Amino acid sequence: MAFFENRLKQAPTGIRKVLYLNWQVIVLVTAVSAVGILMLWSVAGGDFNLWAKRQAQVFAAGMVLMFIVAMVPVWFWRSMAGIAYLTSFVLLIIVDLYGVVGMGAQRWIDIGPLRLQPSEMMKFSLVLMLAAYYDWLDIRKVSKPLWVLIPVFLTSLPTVLVLMQPNLGTSLMLLMAGAAVMFAAGVSYWYFAAVIGLVVGAVVAVFQSRGTDWQLLHDYQFRRIDTFLDPSADPLGAGYNIIQAKIALGSGGWSGKGFMQGTQSRLNYLPEKQTDFIFSTLAEEFGFVGAFSLLILYALIIGFCLISALQNRDRFSSLLIIGVAANFFFYIAVNLSMVMGMAPVVGVPLPLMSYGGSAMLVILVGFGLMQSAHVHRPR
Amino acid sequence: MRRTQKDVEDSARTITRRGLMLGGAMTAMVAALGVRMRYLQVDQAEEFKLLAEENRVSIELIPPGRGLIQDRNGKLIAGNEQNYRVVITREDAGDVDLVMHRLAGLIPMTSEELEQTLSEVKKNAAHVKVVVKDRLDWNDFSKVAINAPALPGVIPEVGLSRIYPRGYDFAHVVGYVGAVSQKDIDEQEDPDPLLRLPKFQIGKIGSERWMEKVLRGRAGTRQVEKNAFGRVMRELGREEGVAGGDIRLTIDADLQNFAQARLGEESAAVVVMDIKNGDLLCCASAPSFNPNLFVRGISYSDYAALTENDHRPLANKAVSGAYPPGSTFKMVTALAALGAGAIDLGHKVNCPGYMEYGGRRFHCWSRSGHGTMTLTQSLQKSCDIYYYDIAQRVGIDKMAEMARKLGLGMRHDLQMSAIVPGTIPDRAWKQESYGQDWRIGDTINASIGQGYVLASPLQLAVMTARIASGRSVVPRLVRMIDGKEIPAAQAAPLGLEERFLAAMRQGMWDVVNSQAGTARSNRIVDPTMVLAGKTGTSQVRNITAAERATGVIRNEQLPWRRRDHALYVGYAPFDNPRYSVAVIVEHGGGGSTAAAPIARDVILSALAGGRPPIAAYPQDQRGRIESMLKDLPLRDPETGVLTSSDQA
Repeated sequence: MAFFENRLKQAPTGIRKVLYLNWQVIVLVTAVSAVGILMLWSVAGGDFNLWAKRQAQVFAAGMVLMFIVAMVPVWFWRSMAGIAYLTSFVLLIIVDLYGVVGMGAQRWIDIGPLRLQPSEMMKFSLVLMLAAYYDWLDIRKVSKPLWVLIPVFLTSLPTVLVLMQPNLGTSLMLLMAGAAVMFAAGVSYWYFAAVIGLVVGAVVAVFQSRGTDWQLLHDYQFRRIDTFLDPSADPLGAGYNIIQAKIALGSGGWSGKGFMQGTQSRLNYLPEKQTDFIFSTLAEEFGFVGAFSLLILYALIIGFCLISALQNRDRFSSLLIIGVAANFFFYIAVNLSMVMGMAPVVGVPLPLMSYGGSAMLVILVGFGLMQSAHVHRPR
Repeated sequence: MRRTQKDVEDSARTITRRGLMLGGAMTAMVAALGVRMRYLQVDQAEEFKLLAEENRVSIELIPPGRGLIQDRNGKLIAGNEQNYRVVITREDAGDVDLVMHRLAGLIPMTSEELEQTLSEVKKNAAHVKVVVKDRLDWNDFSKVAINAPALPGVIPEVGLSRIYPRGYDFAHVVGYVGAVSQKDIDEQEDPDPLLRLPKFQIGKIGSERWMEKVLRGRAGTRQVEKNAFGRVMRELGREEGVAGGDIRLTIDADLQNFAQARLGEESAAVVVMDIKNGDLLCCASAPSFNPNLFVRGISYSDYAALTENDHRPLANKAVSGAYPPGSTFKMVTALAALGAGAIDLGHKVNCPGYMEYGGRRFHCWSRSGHGTMTLTQSLQKSCDIYYYDIAQRVGIDKMAEMARKLGLGMRHDLQMSAIVPGTIPDRAWKQESYGQDWRIGDTINASIGQGYVLASPLQLAVMTARIASGRSVVPRLVRMIDGKEIPAAQAAPLGLEERFLAAMRQGMWDVVNSQAGTARSNRIVDPTMVLAGKTGTSQVRNITAAERATGVIRNEQLPWRRRDHALYVGYAPFDNPRYSVAVIVEHGGGGSTAAAPIARDVILSALAGGRPPIAAYPQDQRGRIESMLKDLPLRDPETGVLTSSDQA
């Protein structure tokens, strides 16, 4: 095993591990979460109990969980990768069959007080699994077609299951996280180029076929794609959220309307204001200064993670951290693009900010894994 | 598996390279997000600020108070009453079912009403006010207010709604208001935004409709901050509207009430007009209906009762009813003949009871005939043969011309609904309407106001006023708008020779006051109020030769629908005409027995400015009339409240 080849003895043990945590990331994560709680307080119109209180509780619980996960040696997590992946996979199938329908999609299983959202579990299970796979795989075989096919399957199977719920946002996240780990592991550029080429080609072909004899989709399907891509064409339907979010953002201006002064969100023009569109409230109340600062905080978190990953000489740990960081990044990128009208609305929360216990816990567990890899890195 | 040092180095190199590339891509993405952020929040901030402002501020209309309608002396005909109602909002109620059931225990509510309100409350957004019960009395309303703590979300509200305190009396003249229909909106080129307010009411018929512009006023506005669900968060600004203008009609409410009561349940109408300025003092049509029912939204059964009644309570017979004027038309025929020089004032005709023309026999109402008739005698005794004779001499076209000069066959423009022009036939009219040539028989029929001739009581009152004054008096209904008097135009002279008009007046005096007059029993003995008039009885059926042979069937023996219409026109005082009157009693029988007494009572009431003075009636009638008048369901002149049994 790779660890034994390194100077394991120098890894910290016991309570001393705490000193070796990546404290920059912990501070930044806490800062962003605090901003999130503040915003939830604001969008509730000054009612702390509505969302902010629970979010704070979940954050506290999540931090504890993060520390616990961080304290457990990373090789334990590597050995758990297969079990975690299989469990998540089975749960995904169960939720597809028996799950509770929420917002028109089956997403969670109720087990007593616990609300299990297997798609969230799958996020870090997949990263764990792929990191473990590439750690196990001879690095010379990484780009061999057969060995590329395995991680493609590992990624696309849960993606398809989540897509069937239907949850386009999360399935997209899974796909991108998987791709990021594969890319970091050294899979040949050609595969990526080929996939991108194929997708672009297919999209172009579909659109080129429009209005011709060999049209590939029905007219109504095209129209659906149109509103998906350009929501302003349907201002009271699909476009409503995005237009209102842009108004909130834009009207914030340079320095914003002030804490608790956002009219768009306070007056309920903002849909999903406490979840997917929380960023627009921040941008409305704190303006460009506040919004850009948050963006910098996020960039710093990812930056510190990447530095940690590159410094780590253990293949599994590096890939794990890159996977966690990439996943975190994709969430931010897709959410912000969506809120700012650069991408279609796909229902992706803003990590650490959006209201939602399950997502918050998963992100903190993800950072726990990253910390575990950081603490237990070979020295 | 074990990994060689080289493999570890390779792996680390690959991951570093790839990780840096990923980091670069991420940085690029973050930069793109930052640029976008700057574009939205700095470059386009002003535009979005404007949009946000528009989003939250909305303008609401404040409905203005509707103008009052008063009678000529300022007595209230249409007003606004405080309407106590109870509304509920779901978001404040919590357990709507519980609250509603508690409410149902307090105020009178049927279980259907309860169900209906509940489903409406649940259907609407949580903040929307739903009216639970409208027009509560003060008792029930205060019960709700007192129990407010047990009724969360229930709000007792006071609004304004239209009320017609004199109910039946003005249903036809003033009409009523009702909910705005799509048709009301479509009819206008630039519909007032007020019309789109829920619960807003618009004049549907009568003066309420035709004076809508004045009565409605202008909406005020208030700027309110709303959230996306439409709930008002706070008021930002307010601009008061302009209340609707008050209107004073020319009608005298007490006279109108008297006339309406006097007509009773007959299918009848009476119009009283001021001869000097054309003011309509009274314009009553019976039977009437309660306009307040329409304001509240009339029930199906109530409406069916009104439409199925063969006395047609909904029709304003005073202006919408077109009847053959019968003998009341004879002045027109005579004036036409005199004016055209076809006859002179000394013209005489022998009446044997019938007249042969073109193989057809035309009868006088008197089978035995009147003998030799002068012009005034022909009016006094209402001899038909005289008019058959002179009509042939003057011809229909001259008659029609005179009729129009006297205000028949034309639509008088008043602020009332369904004013009909009636029919004054002439050659061109018959050719146009029937594609037939005019026949001499048509002229003969027209000469006594039968055949094609149709006139409304309003037109007959105008005709009488013009004969009495010699001026082309124009009727009017509105006296003041918003306290400003509308000057009555001085009526132009008719251009008829005074001696011809004097002959007509003399004939009408004879009808009522001479020994042999057809309406002698309906004279007024008070020398300051002397009445002149003309009776009319118009057939609504053909009398066959066979019937004539066996004797014309008496009206009382016929079914109501086939009886003659009774008409009467008149004016008083004879020497200084002030008011003209026209009465129609549908299927009432003879004009002298059914219509003339009503006309006399009503014009006496107008002249006396109150109840008809008993002393003005002939001695032998006083007892009967006094007891009849005593039983009339009249309103108190001051309060407008019915003194005897309430019609409502």
